[in-house]
Amino acid sequence: MTPRPIDDTLLHAFVDGDLDDTTRAEVQVWLDEHPEDVTRVRAWNEQRLVLHATFDKVLEEPIPTRLLQAARGRPRAAIWQRLAAAAALLAIGGAGGWIARDRLVVLPEAPGRAERAIDAYVIYTAEMRHPVEVPAAEEEHLVRWLSKKLGKTINLPDLTPAGFQLVGGRLLPDQGKPAAQFMYEDDTKRRVTLYMRVVPEAKDTGFSFTRDRDVAAFHWIDGPFGYCLTAALPREKVLQLAQMVYESGPK
Amino acid sequence: MAVGDSETAGTMGQDDMRRAVVAEIPHLRRYARALLRDATAADDLVQDCLERSLSRLHLFRPGTRLRSWLFAVLHNLFISQARTAQRRRSDSMAEPPDTPVEAAQTVRIEARDMARALQILPAEQRAVVLLIGLEDLSYQEAADVLGVPIGTVMSRLSRGRERLRQLTDGVAQTQLRRVK
Repeated sequence: MTPRPIDDTLLHAFVDGDLDDTTRAEVQVWLDEHPEDVTRVRAWNEQRLVLHATFDKVLEEPIPTRLLQAARGRPRAAIWQRLAAAAALLAIGGAGGWIARDRLVVLPEAPGRAERAIDAYVIYTAEMRHPVEVPAAEEEHLVRWLSKKLGKTINLPDLTPAGFQLVGGRLLPDQGKPAAQFMYEDDTKRRVTLYMRVVPEAKDTGFSFTRDRDVAAFHWIDGPFGYCLTAALPREKVLQLAQMVYESGPK
Repeated sequence: MAVGDSETAGTMGQDDMRRAVVAEIPHLRRYARALLRDATAADDLVQDCLERSLSRLHLFRPGTRLRSWLFAVLHNLFISQARTAQRRRSDSMAEPPDTPVEAAQTVRIEARDMARALQILPAEQRAVVLLIGLEDLSYQEAADVLGVPIGTVMSRLSRGRERLRQLTDGVAQTQLRRVK
């Protein structure tokens, strides 16, 4: 192997993991003999780490409502109507959010909301024999029963486009009120739950994100329901599923 | 299955596309935050990007990566904003404030304050440093997003990273001297 001079382009590619094994080894040999380049490579590596340390927290932030609306392609007039309606409700209902310029600023939900949904996820998805009270085979009955219990018509989201089939559902207590849990699973038996409860007053929110160990949950309020979509899956996958649920919700 | 990857983008309907776009919002926000530093300005940029992208969904080529396409839309908006800002500055000053030494003296940069140090880089270098160092795009993907040859990406990356290193090094040395 004839050693070749290693230029900056290769050094950067080394830092960015953009080299094949052979070239990578060549760069390694070069670095062993050129400590001044080691200093630079180390600094660039550190820059990558500091960038992530500084900005990765943005990935975990709730997505502002106005961005969700923009991605839904909702016409501007409709957004205004919706914001105006939300503002009116907030003015009547008291605290919860406010309008700043063209933004609906949404306060985080009361703590404990995602916790109950996550607890229910952890407990029931671990069940092999009795994960649900009513199985998917009786889907129609399940939806009618839980709609009646919650006092609002539930529109059960279809997650099959994402590879998740309905397993069934159950009734749960939520601070003395009924809540519904629907469970879905994919071909590899990974399970997802959708927790739904009726909220006392309508105040649509953006998505909030909660992580508890390896369990990720997105929760939001849309129309009469508070939703929490929970799964031990990567954040982006959970967001994709949450978005499917959101799309099927009240318009 | 990652939504937005090449194998799925070809067969997506309008609703699937919208969902795929939503799934990219966290990444668009992170990139915009690092570009602009100010959270509200960054979300404004993302909103503009989403609105423009959705009005041009028909221009998205199936088989290409959705994230790259969205980044390209965002980048074009960002650059035209940066140019407008630059023009405004040039009108009131003889020289655009582009010299790092001067900037380093006036802005106090701490070694860990990456957000601030980035703002001293010229917009084009900042974009490349972030697309590759933060968003993990390959050099080719970055070249596609920016609409420049890969060689240009490399030289901007090289200059941007060196400048960042000098900025943070300079501060570290100043602090060392002060300690002595």
